Amino acid sequence: MTISIRSVEKKFGRYPALNHVDLEIADGELVALLGPSGSGKTTLLRTIAGLEFPDAGQVLFGAEDVTFASAAARRVGFVFQQYALFKHMTVAKNIAFGLDVRKGAEKPSKAEIAKRVDDLLKLVELDGLGSRYPSQLSGGQRQRVALSRALAVQPSVLLLDEPFGALDATVRRSLRKELRRVHDATGVTTIFVTHDQEEALELADRVAILNAGRIEQIGTPHEVHDNPVSPFVCGFVGEANRFEGTVSGGRFTSGAVSFGANGVRDGAAVGFVRPHDLVLDDGGLEVRVDRVHVQGALASVSARAADGHHIEITTSRADAPRFSGAIKVAPRMSHVYPA
Amino acid sequence: MTAETLSAPPSTPARRPLFRRRSAIPGFGVTLGVTLTILSLIVLIPLAAVAIKAATLSPSQFVAAAFSERAWAAYRLTFGAAFVAAVINGLFGVLTTWALVRYEFPGKTVINALVDLPFALPTAVAGIALATLYAPNGWIGQFLTPLGIKAAYNPIGVTIALIFIGLPFVVRTIEPVMRDLSADVEEAAASLGAGRLATIWRIILPALGPAWLTGFALAFARGVGEYGSVIFIAGNMPYKSEIAPLLIIIQLEQFEYANAAAIAVVMLGVSFLMLLLINAIQAWSRRFV
Amino acid sequence: MAAQPARARHPTEDPAWVKVLVIGLVALFLGLVLILPLAAVFAEALRKGVDVALAAITTSDALAAIKLTLITAAIAVPFNAAFGLCAAWAIAKHDFPGKALLITLIDLPFSVSPVVAGLIYVLVFGLQGWFGESLIDHDIKIIFAVPGIVLATIFVTFPFIARELIPLMQEQGVSEEEAAVSMGASGLYTFWRVTAPNVRWGLLYGVLLCNARAMGEFGAVSVVSGHIRGLTNTMPLHVEILYNEYDFVAAFSVAALLCLLAVVTLVLKSVLEIVQPDVKRGGGH
Repeated sequence: MTISIRSVEKKFGRYPALNHVDLEIADGELVALLGPSGSGKTTLLRTIAGLEFPDAGQVLFGAEDVTFASAAARRVGFVFQQYALFKHMTVAKNIAFGLDVRKGAEKPSKAEIAKRVDDLLKLVELDGLGSRYPSQLSGGQRQRVALSRALAVQPSVLLLDEPFGALDATVRRSLRKELRRVHDATGVTTIFVTHDQEEALELADRVAILNAGRIEQIGTPHEVHDNPVSPFVCGFVGEANRFEGTVSGGRFTSGAVSFGANGVRDGAAVGFVRPHDLVLDDGGLEVRVDRVHVQGALASVSARAADGHHIEITTSRADAPRFSGAIKVAPRMSHVYPA
Repeated sequence: MTAETLSAPPSTPARRPLFRRRSAIPGFGVTLGVTLTILSLIVLIPLAAVAIKAATLSPSQFVAAAFSERAWAAYRLTFGAAFVAAVINGLFGVLTTWALVRYEFPGKTVINALVDLPFALPTAVAGIALATLYAPNGWIGQFLTPLGIKAAYNPIGVTIALIFIGLPFVVRTIEPVMRDLSADVEEAAASLGAGRLATIWRIILPALGPAWLTGFALAFARGVGEYGSVIFIAGNMPYKSEIAPLLIIIQLEQFEYANAAAIAVVMLGVSFLMLLLINAIQAWSRRFV
Repeated sequence: MAAQPARARHPTEDPAWVKVLVIGLVALFLGLVLILPLAAVFAEALRKGVDVALAAITTSDALAAIKLTLITAAIAVPFNAAFGLCAAWAIAKHDFPGKALLITLIDLPFSVSPVVAGLIYVLVFGLQGWFGESLIDHDIKIIFAVPGIVLATIFVTFPFIARELIPLMQEQGVSEEEAAVSMGASGLYTFWRVTAPNVRWGLLYGVLLCNARAMGEFGAVSVVSGHIRGLTNTMPLHVEILYNEYDFVAAFSVAALLCLLAVVTLVLKSVLEIVQPDVKRGGGH
């Protein structure tokens, strides 16, 4: 199912939650809506689901305008942030809910429902837990029940609101792989909301970055990381050293720091250099190393420029011994935006 | 896609529903409509009848009915006794809550349940029980009579009945706040060198303040309107031990409906003031949260 | 502060003598105010033996009063439960302007004197009231009859169940309902299968308190009843009549029956609070 969001606007009171949002999602895609809290990402997801209704604009599923259609009519599968499992129903009853509520010819037989519940439990590796109650499950298991409940209705779109937000780090990582696997197995168009850039970059085919009710950039994880279109995206996606300075004649200068800024007009500007883009260079900026912190195959270096500006460098563990005392570094790559 | 969805061509937006959808959860219009209708029929319109009936009196008739000397005496007794009872409940309510929240002692579960007795016991039952206890030859009255204290058929009796009625309001309003007072705030005060009394005086009591005032106001408001538990012990002597709600009944029995409505207007006015006060206290206390 | 006890005491713990003093004072106060009246009712009822007490509560007038009380509660409590569920659904599951005002208005009967509650129905339905004449024309009796008693009882118990359900349902949020609706459940189906199981204990708690007050209401009912023996007397009104006729044993026997109702209510309420601690919020009135 392709999904088109066309100039959607939504206000809560006087607070604009969505501001002329346009977004096209292809059939079978896995898309992340990434942004800080209050950026409108959850509102956008709920608008796609039919849990909120826009003040202006259109939501299309395929060629159909579903702007004011109910959530049920859209046939979306929605996974809630705290899962919203029905506490008084067993896992199997929870998963079967969307099939149980159907009426007449649309309602599958008891045997069909049981079969579907079994298949889904297998898909999320919870076989045998169908008779438990949600309170008897771990957080990760609950999340998987919520996922299979959403999938039971064979939704045209799967929507997930901060699906891993309530889990601890280890479970989160394994469930990320699980979601990717389930998505690849079912092929259902999937959109999830997250504030965790690592999660978005690792999992999604494309990432939409939201800020203050607008989509700042949409692209593959690679594109948004390497070619951020705005200082917000550059600062929000991936680590970056931030400098405030000026551009003059295609060169950015901030105190002792200076690097090329082709195509940026003269005047005040902000420059960003990712920690792994800083390499040793005899012609570069002189910094003093304060601390080296080794983590797995990488090493993070905390350093300070002559003007006191704090600088983070990431290098390989093997190279770490070369980062000590006074060193000279230069950026391999940088991003400069007019301020 | 199911048949339910609208299939308009993408270029023309779907027709907006007549009433803009506010929420994905159905039933808002029906339930709000039913709520407002029942509220109006049962509460608001009948209450308005009091004001409308009272308005049939001329201003001087109204004053004569609502502020006669006998009515003034009744207001003084009603508000005075309710105030004294609320003060006494304020004191013992805090102690009771403190014991229930902080201490472990045998019979605590029973005491805790018993505090709600005035909510559960019909007021008329409380009334005849108290009247019997405090009558000159009653279990308690027999000890008071030699001391020259006449409790029943006296303003003292009215106050005793209102203490009974008001106690759970104070306890149940303070209780959650006292329970939420985290021990670490007290530990912090103690670690900063505050003695136990100083901690209670400067940390605990101020934190309880808004809840205490709310409980006090609720007990007072309930006391002002109370009828069943009071009339048996009050003696109901005009100018002396006659409460305001009884005046309304007396007027009704004489078919002076407008006069009854006039007194009711005064009492409703006080109720609304108390309601405003309680809401204001609660709004004010929320600044701590 | 008094001398420190020998054993080290935690800084937030009170000295033993303070504990004993506070518990003693509280026990004395509650004993005087709550326990003695309760004991007095049973003592007075049994003054002439169990047989006399039992006879007093099985006279035809007493039985009629018991029946009327049960009928009144059987109408008022379900009515207020239905209203409470309706109001809580609108208020807790949806957003709209004026919500705080609506909650205050629902609470209003708590702050109205029971006597005024009775008076308002006399003014609307009584002989001189708005609808008095047309009621007489159609031979419908509301005041000094059962409908008036039921109306007055509904008024004084109006907020009980709504006040229990609104905060409970607000706290539970809307995501379970949204989940159900997004899977195609209708509003009613969602209510019965998803919301109702989540609020049943809170509802029961509200029903318990509402029922105790409905059966025990005196002031409001006294105004609209007319005190017709065997016809418009509820149990509390029957107690009043017997008491005013100096038939103390009979009065206290019926009162003892009402005390048992109160005690059962308190026991059930405590059990609910222990088993389902979530039900205890807003506080009863």
